[in-house]
Amino acid sequence: MAIPISYNIRNLWTRRLTTVLTLSGMALVVFVFAAILMLANGLQKTLVETGSYDNIVILRKGASTEVVSGVGREQASVVETQPEIAIGTGGRTLLSKELVVLVNLTKKGSGSPTHVTIRGIDAQSLSLRPQVKLAEGRLPRWGSSEVMVGSSLVRRFSGVTLNETFRYGTRDWKIVGIFDAGNTGFSSEMWGDADQLMQAFRRSGYSSLIFRLRDSSEFEKVKSRIESDPRLTLEAKRETQYYAEQSEIMAKFLRILGISLTIIFSLGAIIGAMVTMYSAVANRTAEIGTLRALGFRRRSILVAFLIESLFLGLLGGIVGLFFASFMQWITISTVNFQTFAELAFSFSLSYDIVYKGLAFALIMGFVGGVLPAFKAARMKIVDALRAS
Amino acid sequence: MLILKILFKNAFRNKLRTILTLLGITIAILAFGLLRTVIAAWHAGVEASSATRLVTRNSISIIFPLPLSYRDRIRQTSGVKMVSYGTWFGGVYVDEKNFFPNFAVDPQSFLDLYPEFLMSPSDKEAFLKDRKGFVAGRKLIERFGWKIEDIVTLKGTIFLGDWDFVLRGIYRGRDKGTDETQFFFHWDYLNEGMKKRIAFHPWVDQVGYYMIGVTRPDVGASVAASIDEGFKNSLAETLTETEKAFQQGFVAMSGAIITAIQVVSYVVIVIILAVVANTMAMTTRERIGEYAVLKTLGFGRGHIAGLIFGESFVITMMGCGLGMAATFPAAQLFSHTLGAYFPIFNVEPKTLYFDLLAAGVVAGCAGIIPTMRAIQIRIADGLRRMG
Repeated sequence: MAIPISYNIRNLWTRRLTTVLTLSGMALVVFVFAAILMLANGLQKTLVETGSYDNIVILRKGASTEVVSGVGREQASVVETQPEIAIGTGGRTLLSKELVVLVNLTKKGSGSPTHVTIRGIDAQSLSLRPQVKLAEGRLPRWGSSEVMVGSSLVRRFSGVTLNETFRYGTRDWKIVGIFDAGNTGFSSEMWGDADQLMQAFRRSGYSSLIFRLRDSSEFEKVKSRIESDPRLTLEAKRETQYYAEQSEIMAKFLRILGISLTIIFSLGAIIGAMVTMYSAVANRTAEIGTLRALGFRRRSILVAFLIESLFLGLLGGIVGLFFASFMQWITISTVNFQTFAELAFSFSLSYDIVYKGLAFALIMGFVGGVLPAFKAARMKIVDALRAS
Repeated sequence: MLILKILFKNAFRNKLRTILTLLGITIAILAFGLLRTVIAAWHAGVEASSATRLVTRNSISIIFPLPLSYRDRIRQTSGVKMVSYGTWFGGVYVDEKNFFPNFAVDPQSFLDLYPEFLMSPSDKEAFLKDRKGFVAGRKLIERFGWKIEDIVTLKGTIFLGDWDFVLRGIYRGRDKGTDETQFFFHWDYLNEGMKKRIAFHPWVDQVGYYMIGVTRPDVGASVAASIDEGFKNSLAETLTETEKAFQQGFVAMSGAIITAIQVVSYVVIVIILAVVANTMAMTTRERIGEYAVLKTLGFGRGHIAGLIFGESFVITMMGCGLGMAATFPAAQLFSHTLGAYFPIFNVEPKTLYFDLLAAGVVAGCAGIIPTMRAIQIRIADGLRRMG
């Protein structure tokens, strides 16, 4: 016959201080575990949402990012004539030729300069990125030194607001608009007329070409044609894949950091649980003897103590996840190792992380409780009764 | 001495619990030490850089080049002793996972300006003579098992194509903080190669940055200002700062991540606090009767507080000592596996002081609640709890 669970819960309540201390240790471990996974998840989510599946990015062969890529004007016009490109309004192909460079901007707060992506766009860029919406001001006029900036930049950088100007490439650029691209990488970019930026930065070629497929299934066909064309030294990728690749190194770094920290921390928390459970067993030796004398089996005692420890773990997990869920309101902005450009992203909680966090807390409770529970179950009735 | 004996006897009365607690503290101090070392490793580049060197780069950002013709104009600036230049090559060796920094430099002036890279005279001469030659740090050579005269091919990411280099020399760091994982080759080789491969490459006859040695450290700021002044309103405006500030800029870019690691290192302390406080709470609960007896015998609150805090200190400091001792082999292991991310990974003396400080704070805080309970309980209640 099983020992009622209320016995365990009442016991945890009797030793409140100890319970709270053990619980907070476990909760902190789960909190750190969840927070780091949330960060890696948020980074990937941001970059995955940046790309669209039907958009194709054309980069120079071997270039991992748009910044180090270069596409000559002649090569661009060869790509432009591919029949697989969708046709937009007004009968023009849905293809944009873009320039991507990095400029130094000063961060608010720390006052230290960091790299920000400035993207030269053409007439089709906006129709290829429906997630980019003008929030304030107006679009930059073609042929002028005007730019619009992403909403994340406005919040994080000094001197980035409407009607401000800044100087690059011997020209003054005026901010005439602020756009909101939601939770995507574009929110950390600055956009202006590609031809104007190319002149100012003295670039003779574009950085990348982006086009929409007229039929999603034709990707392989157009990819192999572009990559085997002897006139071109280019490669084609789906936009989603391109942005997913950009998050790889950083997400991996965060995961390695998170997992090694969690392993070390959890050892601490398991020891905490063990200390608690051993003392729970030691303090209740007489009680255990009584229970056994009443006819409860060794197995029931084992299960009772394991349940107590698992319950402690579960509570710790719930508390840790509860506090971790508040991290979702925090946005972090840092330089992506791969693109070398500033990127803002948030902690993002997913069901997967919740399951992992809870499973982890239960494992900690189990490992911490299993040895003390065996000790309790192995006690001889007579010795245990005498112990008081 | 007697009091110390009592504290030790008390601490090890429940051996299992104390050993578990000790283990917990050891692990936490180890984690804390490693995290502080990771943060220090991030700043290693800043620590290793010299205050007598300046770095000039394009003011727009590091991805834009400067013309080679600037070299002579910079050299004419008063206060400048030596000018060298280089370009970040960004080549990949076999796979992207094998990342290491590789630069095209002007060999003679580069080696003059960086005396912390030590090379044997024969290696140095062989490197200077061979335009295809490269030198690499000791750790990098060991990592890939290269031998002198081996041909190494890097795949260009910024400069298209495969580039072959011949290993001509190995450099060692003058002091512990010098990065021994870098790869340097002739800038001329890169420049000629670009001309051959692509008729017009934007980086032909352009360099990524200038490194400038100044005559005295205190003229650095004025030299930097006059260099930037000289190129104002030109096609490529410059930004000059000390090498330290330049490196600091890179560190600051990943500031959010460093802050996160810092926060986590404090969380570790809170976790051990919970474990130690728990142990102390249980210890005092068990001994409430003894404290009542001590009180009856006339020992004051101070004595009881001393016993509890003393025991807390004994346990924490022993764990701290073990943790500090374990930090060194752990850091060794860590630097072995993560050598690619952190070329310099040394445990600083400062880290050990932080360890001690953290352990002290934990020992103090963990004793507070149990002491209050032990002091506040009335003698009669305490004695009754004994049975």
